[in-house]
Amino acid sequence: MTALVKLTGVGKGYGSVIALRDVSLEVGAGEVVCVLGDNGAGKSTLIKIVAGLHRHDTGTYEVDGRPVAFASPRDALDLGIATVYQDLAVVPLMPVWRNFFLGSEKRKGLGRLDVDLMRRTTRDELLAMGIDLRDVDQPIGTLSGGERQCVAIARAVYFGAKVLVLDEPTAALGVKQAGVVLRYIVQARERGLGVVFITHNPHHAYPVGDRFLILNRGRPIGYHAKDEITREELTALMAGGAELEQLAHELQATGTTAAARELNEDARELGITDDD
Amino acid sequence: MTQATAEGSADERLARRDPLRRLLVRPEFGALIGAVALFVLFSVTADAFLQTSSFSNVLYSASTFGIMAVGVSLLMIGGEFDLSAGVMVISSALVASLVSFQLTLNVWAGVAISLVVTLALGVLNGVLYVWTRLPSFIVTLATFLMLAGANLGVTKAVTGNVASDSIGDMDGFQSAKGLFASEVGIGGVNVKVTVFWWIGFTAVATWILLRTRAGNWIFAVGGNADSARAVGVPVARTKIALFAGVAFCAWFSGMHLLFAFPAIQSGEGIGNEFFYIICAVIGGCLLTGGYGSAIGAAIGAFIYGMVNQGIVYAGWNPDWFRFFLGAALLAATVLNHVVRRRAER
Repeated sequence: MTALVKLTGVGKGYGSVIALRDVSLEVGAGEVVCVLGDNGAGKSTLIKIVAGLHRHDTGTYEVDGRPVAFASPRDALDLGIATVYQDLAVVPLMPVWRNFFLGSEKRKGLGRLDVDLMRRTTRDELLAMGIDLRDVDQPIGTLSGGERQCVAIARAVYFGAKVLVLDEPTAALGVKQAGVVLRYIVQARERGLGVVFITHNPHHAYPVGDRFLILNRGRPIGYHAKDEITREELTALMAGGAELEQLAHELQATGTTAAARELNEDARELGITDDD
Repeated sequence: MTQATAEGSADERLARRDPLRRLLVRPEFGALIGAVALFVLFSVTADAFLQTSSFSNVLYSASTFGIMAVGVSLLMIGGEFDLSAGVMVISSALVASLVSFQLTLNVWAGVAISLVVTLALGVLNGVLYVWTRLPSFIVTLATFLMLAGANLGVTKAVTGNVASDSIGDMDGFQSAKGLFASEVGIGGVNVKVTVFWWIGFTAVATWILLRTRAGNWIFAVGGNADSARAVGVPVARTKIALFAGVAFCAWFSGMHLLFAFPAIQSGEGIGNEFFYIICAVIGGCLLTGGYGSAIGAAIGAFIYGMVNQGIVYAGWNPDWFRFFLGAALLAATVLNHVVRRRAER
């Protein structure tokens, strides 16, 4: 089976800054690939390349086995790659239904919008995701973060996305709402969609992911199937084990021994320390 | 408050949005209240105000600014300014006049050439904005100055005078006047044709905004251009089209001037761009974009017309006109700000 989305040795630089180097990634139908990394690890750059906002400089990007170089997000959408952004998914002052159909408006001849159809569809699609909006005319800015995220996901699914790219969908959410979003990720996988799930939270990634790509400073430092890695190893990789240990040493030197001991314990538990 | 939620819906997080609240958060609401208040004020204080002939003058005054306010309000909803709009009206009239007179063409040829030139100026504004990525305030300030200079320079070079030559006796003048600057008698009152164009333009703009894909895009590029781009809205194309829309209105206004007053003073038009923006803002357009309506801009222009003429009919010192306009602008922006915070909450 050919992968829906396949990156091979992809790199990207902005001027003299190399934001991403030699990243490979594969997403098939009914698969969730999690991309993990701390701030500045290159997650956003990767997502922008997959979404078609930026073009990669090196390596190849294939969709359904065909190499692509997108000029705009529209091109990516046309091939079924839909990206849900954490903060720029919606226009806050516009009604929910206008946001739902923005960029893919339904029309009925002479350029007229089919307002009734769009209102009804928005209400039904959101209801199917468990969000009961009485008024789809309210500005989307009045919804909660989780609801907005779900509107964006529902929208992508409705428009026939084959691959969903989710940019930190759980980052700004409370525990309960994050759970709701994670449930939709699993639902999307069961419907046969490929999902690229970007997050910096291994506890969100591990339960839903099939494969995990860990980035650090623009480079991949691990690419594992779920059966090759435990949650603890994933967390350790994410935290950058060596850095955690170094922090412990620094704290020890400055006299905050209690905190240092705790960090050391953590490091040992995670199996990333060799001294002591 | 607690009582209301208790006996209200099952889900306490869903606020009730009753019809009154719906009306309150409409962009036009503040302007409508202001218009009614001013109407009552002038009706009481100025006896002549309610006479049909003077009311026709109010409408005429409103229409000349209202036609421009249509284009300007769409552009503002799209998140941009056009400071060159005022002088562009004069440029447009000068092009039609100079071309027709110098080449001894039928004035309709001049009108058509002016349309092409003015639209090109609008597209130039848009393209400069897209290319430079500078705020449209700066880009159009530059084109405003260049156009103001070119209006004077070209007119003087061609006619040797600061005004264009009169084209009142040329072929096609009367028929063009019929379209752009005639009067229509309704029930014994002569109403200027621009009033009907104003209403027509406002209706078309409202339809575009609320019922077409282009309208959706206008709100989106003004509300959050990055989001719009990310979901596939052609942001650059939409913004350029909006600048061209202002240019189209400027062309129409220029043609009205040309056929209402056959000779055009090349130094005029400066400062009018602010009145167009004021009409749009009083009518509920946000300076930051993404919110507003064409009907609101029309009400804003109506307020402008009422204040402009009403002060005269009331026998007040017309020097105070700008004071009133400034106060109305201040009240409108404060109100808009409050409304927007509520809408976003």
